[in-house]
Amino acid sequence: MVEDLSFKRLPCNERAAVEIVVEGRKVIAYEGDSVAAAVMHAGLRPTRKTALSDVGRAPYCMMGVCFECLMNINGKANIQACMTEVREGMVITVQQGARELVGEIR
Amino acid sequence: MTESMRSPRGSSEVAVIGGGLVGLCIALGIQRQGLEVTVYDEGDIALRASRGNFGLVWVQGKGDNLPEYARITRLSAKLWAGLADDLTQHTGIDIQLQQQGGLFVCLTESELQHRQQMLAAMAQEHPEGYPFEVLDLQQLREMMPDIGPEIAGATWGPEDGHVNPLYLMHALVNRFESLGGQFVNAGKVNNIVPQSGQFLLQATQGTFSCNKVVLAAGLGNKELGPMVGIEAPVSPNRGQVLIAERVRPFINYPTGHVRQTVEGTVQCGDSKEDVGLDTGTTTNILAQIARRAITMFPLLKDVNLVRSWGALRIMTPDGNPIYQQSEQYPGAYLVTCHSGVTLAAAHSGPIADWIATGANPTVDLEAFHGRRFKL
Amino acid sequence: MSMQQQYDLVIIGAGPAGMAAAAEAGEAGLNTLVLDEQSSAGGQIYRRIGQPVLQDRSILGQDYYAGEALLAGLSHPLVTHIVEATVWEVSKDKRLFFSVAGKSREVGFKKLLLATGAQERPVPFPGWTLPGVMTCGAAQILLKSSGLTPVEPLVIGGSGPLLLLISCQLIRAGVRIEAIVDTTPVSNYRRALKEIKGAIKGWRYLLKGLRMLKEIRSSGVKYYQSATELSAAPGADGNLASIGFRTGTVQHQLACQTLLVHQGVIPNTQLGRALGLAHQWDEVQQCWKPTLADNGNSSHPDIFIAGDSGGIGGAVAAEVQGRLVANDIAQQLCRTSGTVNRVNRLRKALAAQLVIRPFLDHLYRPLDMFLRPQGETIVCRCEEVSAAEIRGLVKHGCVGPNQTKAFCRSGMGPCQGRQCGSTVAALLADELGNSPAEVGYYNIRFPIKPVSLGELASLDQTD
Repeated sequence: MVEDLSFKRLPCNERAAVEIVVEGRKVIAYEGDSVAAAVMHAGLRPTRKTALSDVGRAPYCMMGVCFECLMNINGKANIQACMTEVREGMVITVQQGARELVGEIR
Repeated sequence: MTESMRSPRGSSEVAVIGGGLVGLCIALGIQRQGLEVTVYDEGDIALRASRGNFGLVWVQGKGDNLPEYARITRLSAKLWAGLADDLTQHTGIDIQLQQQGGLFVCLTESELQHRQQMLAAMAQEHPEGYPFEVLDLQQLREMMPDIGPEIAGATWGPEDGHVNPLYLMHALVNRFESLGGQFVNAGKVNNIVPQSGQFLLQATQGTFSCNKVVLAAGLGNKELGPMVGIEAPVSPNRGQVLIAERVRPFINYPTGHVRQTVEGTVQCGDSKEDVGLDTGTTTNILAQIARRAITMFPLLKDVNLVRSWGALRIMTPDGNPIYQQSEQYPGAYLVTCHSGVTLAAAHSGPIADWIATGANPTVDLEAFHGRRFKL
Repeated sequence: MSMQQQYDLVIIGAGPAGMAAAAEAGEAGLNTLVLDEQSSAGGQIYRRIGQPVLQDRSILGQDYYAGEALLAGLSHPLVTHIVEATVWEVSKDKRLFFSVAGKSREVGFKKLLLATGAQERPVPFPGWTLPGVMTCGAAQILLKSSGLTPVEPLVIGGSGPLLLLISCQLIRAGVRIEAIVDTTPVSNYRRALKEIKGAIKGWRYLLKGLRMLKEIRSSGVKYYQSATELSAAPGADGNLASIGFRTGTVQHQLACQTLLVHQGVIPNTQLGRALGLAHQWDEVQQCWKPTLADNGNSSHPDIFIAGDSGGIGGAVAAEVQGRLVANDIAQQLCRTSGTVNRVNRLRKALAAQLVIRPFLDHLYRPLDMFLRPQGETIVCRCEEVSAAEIRGLVKHGCVGPNQTKAFCRSGMGPCQGRQCGSTVAALLADELGNSPAEVGYYNIRFPIKPVSLGELASLDQTD
């Protein structure tokens, strides 16, 4: 492709840098960024594929009411990325359709 | 807006009061017999068991205190595939019937034993045979690999299944209307006046007349029944249901407490509470339901709950249906049950025929007469 | 589970109304708990006001930094402020359940204040679900909490004060805006003029609006007025690639990577709905709002509402309402409270804040295409239900949104109807020839935010 879809950062007051992994790529975010903000800064679009028809969606309201920003965060599916703050080492992937249940049951 | 909605007809051959699953099935069946049927429904905020129910087509264990109830349940289960085909074929709505059997999962040995005894006793009552199997954890795991380790076992009923009750309702309305039936949002029917072989229905949105009237108003039957000389001692019994987000399919058979819908959402339920007309939910009961569901399927632990509700079952004192024609005012019928999904095929088939033509079904309807509560 | 904690007052939301109420309640001696979903106080309007992100304070302007003064209330010794707390259930017997970091807690309260603010009005139009389309409010949140600006080329489309404000803020931040597509219909100006008296009394707001328009104009950004037929279209990758609209008889098409949309804000009523509080339809604002007494009391004697969640009035009105309501609650709980003089002063201040509303409400009433969409436009984003489908259901006897929900799953997805509730009611009303007031609204069910089954199960006390 390589369209640059990243949201640009304006000069900011100092905040601690946080390294996260977005779709396998190391990305620097800052303390106080939501996961949704961080992945948009990383240029990720779409951030999920719908469970019904597998079409792409991306964050829409950024305030927790639209549930478009559901992502897989640290192995947990369907997490609201706009309501989750970045933490060091977080692993974030695109939510692909319906949640898959994996795990040890015995 | 359809033509029929603009001007509800003033009189019909048959009026059905109540546009829930029971009323719609009966209306569809009678309309199919060539009679002109109108359904009068209360509207959007009616207390509606049809919208809150669990969606099971469920045979095993039903009618342990009344063999005739077990019979009509099994009859309906047998007729269900035909109803589903008819609806899907004519409306294009897939009501998602899956009827490959169902499981009642028991957490403890004593629960399993109790269940086994009940089903064995039912088999004694039914010389024609009453199919069920008891599965231990190992056997259960072969059928449901994701079942949890702290489970005693399950009973298996080959005739059980599930359906999407909301799409069922949608399809019933469509099919009924396509055959010429009329669905009227009449508001509440406040009064029924028997009048020289006819009936006048006085509703919030107008007055209508009919030759035959079928009361299928759920809890409303309690008030309406006496107007046509039928006692309907029904009372509400709340069941709380919680529903979890869509996940990839992992529960391959419906169970009495947990089922996964075709959409992928997971429904958990089965509380029985006597709380009047309160359709709310209570956190401690939902927590119990959630805990049981997780014990059954540990993978559910991290799945998000997205909605919960309380629905009111319509219960008679013995839990069994009432099917009854008024002796005082022939032509008036009352139908009530708490299994509008399971009995849908019986209602749209033999019960509707009985009302339309007087034809006696293969089950003995005498057993469902309300006089049993006066003994 | 341990014994639940008991508070005199629990406040949900730490925006202007919640923060001001907390300050007042603390002063009055009420043992107060403030629960907020965000990681820091401020609500949406004063997002992250405790640690402002942007170096250049002129970008957001002084109205934003005015919020700093409200923070002190939260540090009163009687006030506990819990961040990242998601309230998912409030029971009728005055117990409240909230989740922090995957663990649920229960608290009891004597009085509850909902200060849950507003949400942007859902603006269904063809293509509004495409990645790259987001709300003006979302862009503002990104600016305030992360210092981020949208991908260019950028178009801003819609109507309302926030649309002008974010445009100015992005211009100040040096962002290149391809065009502003204002959908405010000309007829609205005529209707609004009837309310000009209020506008003149609220001249400060009027002046602010005119200044913003001037700022936009002098920036040279292309400004289309009275635009209609807004639509967005995807590129080969499925993301937003262009938008189309019409002015007069001219059809326009613009390539863009981001479209910011806005059609005003509406009260966030989810919690009040789930609680079964009485609500009423506001024909002018075209939204539902809770039915409130003068003192902010809802139809439940112990539940109060302040700020935009009770009806749109803006940040300063919300702050004043927060103070007034907390004052009244303190009085009811027989503690000290403000003098009559002070209460009167606050009431006057509130009236002064609200006097401009009728003018704004008429001026920025959304175009019909957004309120009552047609055809294949998606209405329910979660379950992907179109306007045509909802309209079609009326033919089969649907007279209310709960039947619609049953028949086509609209409102059953994770957002629980927040994005489609008002539109579905408007569509039903349109087809039935009546008003949303008659059609009604979804029955909203707990939990109002998703909670895991495991977390819920952990509250089971039987054994």
